[in-house]
Amino acid sequence: EPTEPDGVRRPRICLIACLILREKHTRCAPQVTVRDALNQALDEELERDERVFLLGEEVAQYDGAYKISRGLWKKYGDKRIIDTPISEMGFTGIAVGAAMAGLRPICEFMTFNFSMQAIDQVINSAAKTYYMSSGMVSVPVVFRGPNGTSAGVGAQHSQCFAAWYGHCPGLKVVSPWSSEDARGLLKSAIRDDNPVVMLEHELMYGVPFEMSEETQSKDFLVPIGKAKIERPGTHITLVSHSRPVGHCLEAAAVLAKEGVECEVINLRTIRPMDVETIEASIMKTNNLVTVEGGWPQFGVGAEICARIMEGPAFNYLDAPAVRVTGADVPMPYAKILEENCIPQVKDIIFAVKKTLNI
Amino acid sequence: MRKMLLAALSRVLQGPAAARTGAVSEVAQVVVASRTYADFASEATFEIKKCDLHRLEEGPPVTAVLTREEGLHYYKTMQTIRRMELKADQLYKQKIIRGFCHLYDGQEACCVGLEAAINPTDHLITAYRAHGYTFTRGTPVREILAELTGRKGGCAKGKGGSMHMYAKNFYGGNGIVGAQVPLGAGIALACKYFGKDEICVTLYGDGAANQGQVFETYNMAALWKLPCIFICENNRYGMGTSVERAAASTDYYKRGDYIPGLRVDGMDLLCVREATKFAAEHCRSGKGPILMELQTYRYHGHSMSDPGISYRTREEIQEVRSKSDPITLLKDRMVNNNLASVEELKEIDVEVRKEIEEAAQFATTDPEPPLEELSSHIYCNEPPFEVRGPNQWIRYKSAC
Repeated sequence: EPTEPDGVRRPRICLIACLILREKHTRCAPQVTVRDALNQALDEELERDERVFLLGEEVAQYDGAYKISRGLWKKYGDKRIIDTPISEMGFTGIAVGAAMAGLRPICEFMTFNFSMQAIDQVINSAAKTYYMSSGMVSVPVVFRGPNGTSAGVGAQHSQCFAAWYGHCPGLKVVSPWSSEDARGLLKSAIRDDNPVVMLEHELMYGVPFEMSEETQSKDFLVPIGKAKIERPGTHITLVSHSRPVGHCLEAAAVLAKEGVECEVINLRTIRPMDVETIEASIMKTNNLVTVEGGWPQFGVGAEICARIMEGPAFNYLDAPAVRVTGADVPMPYAKILEENCIPQVKDIIFAVKKTLNI
Repeated sequence: MRKMLLAALSRVLQGPAAARTGAVSEVAQVVVASRTYADFASEATFEIKKCDLHRLEEGPPVTAVLTREEGLHYYKTMQTIRRMELKADQLYKQKIIRGFCHLYDGQEACCVGLEAAINPTDHLITAYRAHGYTFTRGTPVREILAELTGRKGGCAKGKGGSMHMYAKNFYGGNGIVGAQVPLGAGIALACKYFGKDEICVTLYGDGAANQGQVFETYNMAALWKLPCIFICENNRYGMGTSVERAAASTDYYKRGDYIPGLRVDGMDLLCVREATKFAAEHCRSGKGPILMELQTYRYHGHSMSDPGISYRTREEIQEVRSKSDPITLLKDRMVNNNLASVEELKEIDVEVRKEIEEAAQFATTDPEPPLEELSSHIYCNEPPFEVRGPNQWIRYKSAC
C-alpha cells in the first residue's frame, strides 16, 4: 500500500510516460476536482430518483454561485433545478415542507453564513420533527453549501458552523475533504431519510484528487458516521475534518522526515461522530491533536477531547489532548491577519512537537 | 301542510292555559315525539355574508345550501371540539396537562367549515392552536387528550404534546410562530410537483401575519404559482396585543399584495365553507396562491396561563358568545328552518359529552410512555445506535 498521502496532487510516472509517448492512457485513476465530484454526484442522484430536486440562489441559470450545479438546469429544467429569491428563511422552510410531503430536496446555501437566517427551519422544523411526531413525519432534506473560511471575505462570510449544527440531535452533519468524500457523502446524504447538513469548503472546490474506478461508480457511497484513516501512523493521532485534513497530511509528511509518524484521521462526519475510530487510534499512538478551522470554544475538538476522557482511550494518553483551531476572533480581512487566524501546517507541527515533548 | 296541522293540533291539545305557561299535555308530548325524520326538510338555503375582495372580480356565492345530514355532522363536530377544549381546560387546571395549552373554543367554524370544503387528500398545516384541526383531520378525541396528558396512547405517543400533533396530510401543530407558513408552501410545491391536483391549506394567526418569512413565502408562492391557500385566522389578538397595536394594516386579506384575497366571516361555518370552496377552485385551476382572512374569536386567553381579560373586556367576550357563537348560529339556523329539532340536537350534546368523558377517562388512565421512547424516532430508517442520557453511564438504545 502506498504510504504517500492520497490527496496530494502528484504527477504519476505513467501519466508522464503517456504524455511523452502521446498515448491515450486509461489505466491511471483520473484527477477529479471536488467541484466536479459534487456536480457528478448531483447529476447521478437527480437522474436516479425523480423526487430529488435542487433549490437555492443562482443554482439554475447562473450554473451555481460556485458552479457546483453547472449544466444541471440545462439538463433537468425548471421543475428540478429552482432559482430562489434571496429569502433564506422562506426557501429553507419551503424545502423542509417539500420533504415532509414526500419530495427529496437539496437546499443550497450560498454559504453557511446565510443559513443563520434560516437556522430555525433547519433545527426546529427539520431536525426535531421526526421525534416530535413519533415517526409520523420524516424530513429527507439535504442542506449543503460552502462552510468556514474563504480568502479575504471578512468576518461575516468566514464562520464555521460544524459545532452549531453538530450540537443538535435529529440532524446528521457531514464535512467532506476530498473528491471521494464529497461524492460519496453527498450521495449518502441525498439517499438518507433524515435531514443532513453537508458542510463543504470553498477553497477545496478547485482541488483535484485521484479517484479510483470504484469511487466513480454510480452507487459509490461514503457511509455517514464513519471516519477514514487517511494516513496510518504510530506516534500520534491527528483528527481533523474538511480542508485542515490536507494540512494535517502536509504536517505528517514534514514530521515523517524527523521520524515522527502521524496517524491522520479524516472525520468525514461530525454527527454522529465516529469516536470508536479515534479511540482505537489513541490506544495505538497514545497522543491526540485535533485540528479544525472553527473557533475553539465549544468546538469539534472540544467535543472530541470530552468524549475521549469518557472512554477507554483516556488511560492510553501519555499527554493531555491538544486542540488546533481557528483563532478566537472574528475573521480579519488583511492577508497577514487572516493567515494567522487559520490553523497552518506550522501550527499543527508545533502542537505535535509540544504534545510529544520534542 | 303537515307541519301546520301538527302545530295546530299541538296548540289545541295544549289548551289556552298551557299555551301561556308553556306546559304541554301528555297527549301533545306523544304527538311531538312521534315526529319522524320525514318531517324535517332535507335542506335549506341560507344567505351568507358577502366577502370583502382584494384583486378579485368575483367572490364566493352569497347563499349556501345546507343539507340536514351536513348540518347534523357539522353540529356534532363543532360541539365535539368545543367540549374537548373545555375538557382540556379542566384537565389543565387539575395539573394533569402541563406546559403550553392553546385552546380553540370560539373558532370551531373555521376548522369545520374548512374541512367541509377540501378533500382528505388535500394537505393542511397550522400553528399551535391546533387541537381542532387535529380532530377534523381525522385524529380521535381520546388520542388528542392522551397526547395532552402525555400518555403512550397519545397521537404522538406522548412525545409531542399540545403543539406537535400530526395526522395523515396534517403537518401539525407548529410551535414557532410563522415557521409553518413556508412549510405549507413547500407542501404545496410538492402537490404541484407530483401533479395529483392536491392543494395545501396553510394557516397562521393575526400575530404571525407580521412575520418576515410570511412575506418571503407570499413572494415565492406567487412567483411559482403554488397551489396554496394562505389563511389568516384573525381572532383580534396576538397573545395580549390587539391587531391595532401590532399591524400598520389590519386588512390581513390584502397583505398578500399581489395575491388575491378575501375577508370571510369566520364565525359562520357556511361562509367559511363557501369561501374555501372558492379558494380551492382557484388553486386547483393553476392560478396560484390565494389568501383568506377568517374573522374569528377565541373565548379563552392566548394559552392556559393567560386569563384573557387584561387586554380585552369580559363584556366583549360575552357579546361575541351571545351574538356570534358559531355553534349557536348553526343550531338556530337548523331549528328555525326545520332541519333538526331542539331535542335532537340536545341528544347529540349528550352523546358528545359522553364521548368526551370516555376520552378523558382514557387520557387520565393510560400509562405514560416507557423510558425506551426517550431514544426512539431520532433518525428515520437507521440501524440501532446508542443515545446518551444525562451522564455518560446512562445510555439508551435507539431502536427505530
